[in-house]
Amino acid sequence: MLDWITGGNIPQFWKNYSALFDAEEKAGAEKRYVVFDLETSGTDVKEDVIHSIGALGITGNAIAINDFFETQIKTDLNNEGYNAKLHLSAEKVVEAEAIIRFLKFAGDAILVSHNSNLDIEMLNQALKRLELGRLKNSFMDINVLYQKWKELPEDYHATTDEMCDALKISKGDRHTASGNAYRNALIFLKLKKKLGINL
Amino acid sequence: MRNLVAEQVADFLKRFPPFSSLSYGELTSIASQSKIIYLEKNQVLFKGGDATHSDFYVVKDGAIGLSLTSDAEEMLVDKCDEGDILGLRPFFARNDYLLTARAREEALVYAVPIGAFQPFVSENKAVLNFLLQSFASQTRNPYDKINTGKLIAENTIYNEQAADIQYFQPIRYTKNPITANPDDLVKFIAKTMSNSAVGSVIIQEDQMPVGIITDWDLRTKIATGLLPIDAAAKEVMTSPVITVPENISVAEAQMMMMRHNVTHLCVTRDGTDNAPVSGIISEHDVVAAQSNTPGVLLKQSRRAVNGKDLKHVREKLTELIQNSIDKNIPVSYITNIVAEINIAIIRRAIELAVEKTGTTPPARFSWMNVGSQGRREQLLLTDQNNALIFEDVAPENHEQVKTYFTELAELVNDMLEKVGYQYSANKIVASNPKWCKSLTDWLKQYNEWIKNPAEKEIENNAIFFDFDFVYGVPEIEDALKENIRTGTKGNKKFFAYLAADTLRNPPPLGFFRQFLVENDGEHKDNFNIKNRALEPLTDAARLLALSHNITEITNTYQRFKKLAETEEKHAALYEECAEAYNLLMRFRTEEGLINNNDGKYLDLNMLSKSDKVKLKNSFQPIADIQDIIKNRFSLTYLK
Repeated sequence: MLDWITGGNIPQFWKNYSALFDAEEKAGAEKRYVVFDLETSGTDVKEDVIHSIGALGITGNAIAINDFFETQIKTDLNNEGYNAKLHLSAEKVVEAEAIIRFLKFAGDAILVSHNSNLDIEMLNQALKRLELGRLKNSFMDINVLYQKWKELPEDYHATTDEMCDALKISKGDRHTASGNAYRNALIFLKLKKKLGINL
Repeated sequence: MRNLVAEQVADFLKRFPPFSSLSYGELTSIASQSKIIYLEKNQVLFKGGDATHSDFYVVKDGAIGLSLTSDAEEMLVDKCDEGDILGLRPFFARNDYLLTARAREEALVYAVPIGAFQPFVSENKAVLNFLLQSFASQTRNPYDKINTGKLIAENTIYNEQAADIQYFQPIRYTKNPITANPDDLVKFIAKTMSNSAVGSVIIQEDQMPVGIITDWDLRTKIATGLLPIDAAAKEVMTSPVITVPENISVAEAQMMMMRHNVTHLCVTRDGTDNAPVSGIISEHDVVAAQSNTPGVLLKQSRRAVNGKDLKHVREKLTELIQNSIDKNIPVSYITNIVAEINIAIIRRAIELAVEKTGTTPPARFSWMNVGSQGRREQLLLTDQNNALIFEDVAPENHEQVKTYFTELAELVNDMLEKVGYQYSANKIVASNPKWCKSLTDWLKQYNEWIKNPAEKEIENNAIFFDFDFVYGVPEIEDALKENIRTGTKGNKKFFAYLAADTLRNPPPLGFFRQFLVENDGEHKDNFNIKNRALEPLTDAARLLALSHNITEITNTYQRFKKLAETEEKHAALYEECAEAYNLLMRFRTEEGLINNNDGKYLDLNMLSKSDKVKLKNSFQPIADIQDIIKNRFSLTYLK
C-alpha cells in the first residue's frame, strides 16, 4: 500500500490512465462519453462482484458502433443458472484484467450510466482490490438527466423501461451488460440533445 | 470480441434492400464501421450546398424529409422512413449535396461509411442498381409543377413544351435498306424500287455509301430523257450522299434534310461516308415521327372523315399519353392537351353526324360533356357522359325537333363508342331522351335538382354540375350557368346533400395507416384509387367551388387552384389538394395504361415503397378537406 504513495511499483496501465487526466484540456475538442453498464451479483458494494461490463463510446451526436466494449468476468459467484440465462459463451477474464481493459477503453471519457453512483462504487471497489486509487473520470447519471428533462423531483427513480418508453426507444436485448449499455447509450444520446449538452 | 450492437444493426439492415443481398458477415462488418446518429425534430442531417459526407444514411426510426431549396423556399421532394436510404450523392457525383435532409420527426439514423460499402457496390450489380434507383427517385420532384420528374441531379431544367417531346427522340428509320452497285442498270434499280415500294436506293461500293438514287433522280434524269434508261447507277445517282450517325433525333434529321435540301439521309455506323451503310431516313420518317404530337393530332381530328379516322387519332392520343407519363410531363399539362384533343374528336363527331343527317339542325343547340369529360380530366379511355340542349322552339314543333336531336345524338354517341368511349352504365348520354332537352326543360331539370335534392339521386346528378360545353352557342351555356348560380347561392339544403354525398366515400387509410383494400371480388386486395382517393377530391372540389358560386371552372385541379385564390385561409390545403389530385391521377393513369383498363384498382404489390409513401402522403389533404366540409355544411339538415 505504501508503495503506491511513494510512487514505486505503480502498474504501467494506471500510470497511462492517470496521465490522461493531467493533460491540458484541448479547447473545442469533442468530448467522448462512455456509456456503460455492469452486471453484478447484487447491490452490496462490499460483498457483491461484477460479472460483466458493457460499454459504448459516444462522440458528438453519434454512437460509433466499433467503439464498443464487452467483458465477462470470472468470479466465484458465477453459477450455471446465471450463465444459462445469459446464453453466454464469451471468453472470461479475471477481474483485474477486465478492469485494466475497461480503463484502457474508457480513457479520460466522461462515464455515463444509469444510477452511476452504484456502478462507480462497484468499479472503485474493484480498483481497491487491486490496491489502486479511485476512478478519475467525470460521471453523468442518466437518471439525473432524465429528471431534469422531465422536471421530476430529485428523488425520483426512473427505470430503464420507463425512459425507453418516454424516449421511444425499442427495449431490445435486456439481459446483458452490453445490451443495457446500448439502450443507455440511446437514452443518453437523446437526453444529451434534448438538454442541449453540446460538449 | 463479438459486438452485440453491430449484430443488432446488421439484424435491422438485412431486412431492407440493398443490404438484404449481402451476407450476415458482410453486414456485421459494415455495421461495426457505422455510427448511430440521433436527430431531433427539424434537425438538419445535411444541407443542400454542403460538401458531401463520408457516410450515407439509413433511417432506423422516425422520418427524414428531403427537400430542395429554391428562392428561399423549401420544397419537400421525398420522405424517408424506416429502412430507407439517403445521402447517396457521394456514390454518384463528386459535387455538393443538392437536397437538404431534415428530420421531420425525431429520428435515429445509421451512418454507413461509403468506403466500407463501396466494394459491395462495385461487386454486386443488384446493389448498384438499387442505389441508382433510390438516388434517382429521391432527386425526382413530385411537387415541382414545371419540371416534374426531371432529375434535379442533372441540373437540367428544360422547359420544353410537351408538344416537342417526340422531336428530340431518336428517329425510327429503315434499317438494312435496299442497296445497289454503281454499275447496276438504273432500269433494274427502278424495278426493285417499285417492287419493294421504296422511294430510294443507296448505291454502295464495298458497303460504303457513294450515292443515292431517289424518285427525284428517276423523274428528273430518266423520265426527261436526259439519260437513257439503261444508264449505270453511277451516272444517275446523286452524289455524295448525306450521311448521318445512328441515333439521330427527329429534329436533327429534319435539320439535315433542310440544310442539304434532300429528302433522304443515309445512316452509317459513325455518320461519315467512310463507314458501312446501316439505314436510311426518308422525309416520311420525319413526318411520321411527329404524327403523335398534339398539333398533328388536332389537325388530324379536324380532317377526319369518319369514325375510323377519329379512332385512329384516339389511339395515337393514347400513345401520346403513355409517352408523356413515361417522360414525367406534369399531369396538368397532359390533361389539358388530352382534353383539347378529346374535344376536337367530339366536335368532329358532331359535325360528321350533322352531315350524315343531311339537313341543317332545326334549332341551335349545345353539346355538353358531363362527368370526367366535363371536368376535362379524362386521360384513360373511360365512358362517355354527355347531354344535348337545344333552343326553345314553338310548342307545336317541339316533338319533331327533339326527335331530330335525339337521332343526331345517337349518331354522335355511336361514333364515339366506335372511337372507344364506352356508354356509361347509367346511360347518361345525349341520345337518351331524358338528357336531350330544350333549354327550358333543362333549366327546370337543374332547378329540380337544386331545390329538391334527394339523397339517392344526388350521387348521379352531381356529375351534371361538372360540365363542359364543347359545341354550340354560348347563349345556352350562359343561361344554364346563370341559372345554377342563382339557384345554388346560399342554398343550404342543396349543399348539405352534396356534402353528405361527398363524405360518403370510403376512407383510403385504416386506423393503422394501412391501405384499405377490397375484401372480395375480382379486385380482392387491390386499392380502389378512384372511389377512395380521386372521387373524394373531385366531390370536395365541386362542392366547395359551387358553394363559392364558381361555375366557370369545372376541372378538379383548377377548382382547387381557384379555391386557393378565393379562400386565403385554406389556400395551403387547397394547393395540397390540387397537387395530390394530380399525383393520384398519375398513379391511376399509369395503372390504366399498363393494364389497358380504367385504372380504377391499384395493385399495391406493384408499387415501390417510395410510391406507397407518396400515395399515403396524398391522402392527408383528403382527410383535412373532409374535416372542413364536415364543419362548414349543415349536415344536420339530412336528419
